Amino acid sequence: MKYAGLLVMPAGFFLTVAALALFPDTARQAAFVVCGLAVEAMGLVVAVRGHMPAKGASRP
Amino acid sequence: MNAMPPIAAAPVPATLPVLTDAVFALTLALLLLAPLAIAGVALINTGLARSRSAAQAMLGNLALPAVAVIVFALVGASFAGTLGTSEAAFHVAGKTWGVLGLGPFFMHTLGSATPQSQLALLFEFMAVAMAALIPWGSGADRWRIAAGCASAAVLAAIVFPLAAHWIWNGGWLAQLGANFGLGAGFLDGGGAATVHALGGLTALALVWTAGPRRGKFPREGLSTAIPGHNAVYVLFGCLLALVGWLAWNAAGAVIWLHAPLAALPGTAINTLLSAAAALVATFSVTRIRFGKPDASLCANGWLAGLVTSTACAALATPLESIFAGAVAGIFTPLLVEVLELALSVDDPSGAIAVHGASGLWGLIVAGIFAPRSGQLVAQLVGIAALLGVVLPLVYLLYAVLNRVVAFRVDPDGERIGMDFHELGGGAYPEFVIHRDESYR
Repeated sequence: MKYAGLLVMPAGFFLTVAALALFPDTARQAAFVVCGLAVEAMGLVVAVRGHMPAKGASRP
Repeated sequence: MNAMPPIAAAPVPATLPVLTDAVFALTLALLLLAPLAIAGVALINTGLARSRSAAQAMLGNLALPAVAVIVFALVGASFAGTLGTSEAAFHVAGKTWGVLGLGPFFMHTLGSATPQSQLALLFEFMAVAMAALIPWGSGADRWRIAAGCASAAVLAAIVFPLAAHWIWNGGWLAQLGANFGLGAGFLDGGGAATVHALGGLTALALVWTAGPRRGKFPREGLSTAIPGHNAVYVLFGCLLALVGWLAWNAAGAVIWLHAPLAALPGTAINTLLSAAAALVATFSVTRIRFGKPDASLCANGWLAGLVTSTACAALATPLESIFAGAVAGIFTPLLVEVLELALSVDDPSGAIAVHGASGLWGLIVAGIFAPRSGQLVAQLVGIAALLGVVLPLVYLLYAVLNRVVAFRVDPDGERIGMDFHELGGGAYPEFVIHRDESYR
């Protein structure tokens, strides 16, 4: 889970970079940059949940 | 109240303007005050650690920046590209995307560099020291000092130079304005991205790698409160940090935003207003939440206001600075609480919320209030780069580093305290260290 989340985050970054390279107008660039950030946010959520200790698990 | 921001149009010319002797001398003097910000954060880190780890915490506050500046001088400054003009770059869509500086190693052209480049390099030395120090507070009471130094070396050699080149030294984020018409490119006058967001995200990677302190999250019930040992250190650190931050933001505005001298008083006023608004907001939030204001959270709020101002003090009006600081002061204590209680993230100094989240918030504020179209998009692209590249990169580097130099002290060391385990003596030898009931 945690590694999957951390792999999703660069995918969101590449989406924002692709938006800059592919779209000439600022409006579509902005839309795709926001989408890229949303993907990164989802990856971050997955990574955070992946690092949370499971209920009842042995803890230090 | 003046409705104009200190810098009206955030000019970022393709070639640096020539500094007069007076501006050079003033900026140098400001940079010589900037280490007070580092001293303030060091006191906060130490005060929020336990008394049995105080000497180790303060020694780490010296050792990590020391290692970071040496490694940056030997290797990192080359990759940051401050003293050179060559860089490693991609050519995509007819544009040049500068990725990594290829300046001279060991700074051997420092003597012949322009005064602007020398000031920029000095600023980067302060910045890399602060960036290395920020995660140290998050690893309090369990992060070994040798591992902290190794982490500082990795940050100074790889991660910080990468971000510094992208943002400050003509890399692809700095060129977003010239290449894609996005405002003046990614703006970060005081290091909200290169120092604070980077440091806060590094702190997150650290607490994930090292894990929580023993007894912090018991199998049943809420997390255990492990308060810092000296609230006076923490609050005095806030005052000390203010002095350093005033100088830091003013120097950054001259060096990276090419602000005129007339913009510096406004930048300093905005810095103060942001911190003050954040403190008032945090004081109110904790008063409402807990019935009494919480000293350590108020310190976190004050620092969050300063961090927010790092990005936007030179670009916002005083009213906008109060708004930015107040928002940071409201969400910081709430985020600290969510991280600890809901997400089981053990961050003793609150660096993830204070430096990470507030740094990112400051960058957004700079995009909202900077008077150029497309500036907000440029800021969001920079934030995407921090989240999508810096955090996974640091996590990967830490995972490898943890196998070479174990991050976490052994359980016995954590029980007796980092001072005795790592240094052989405590910070307060006359005091009796109380038995910790959570180890029974």
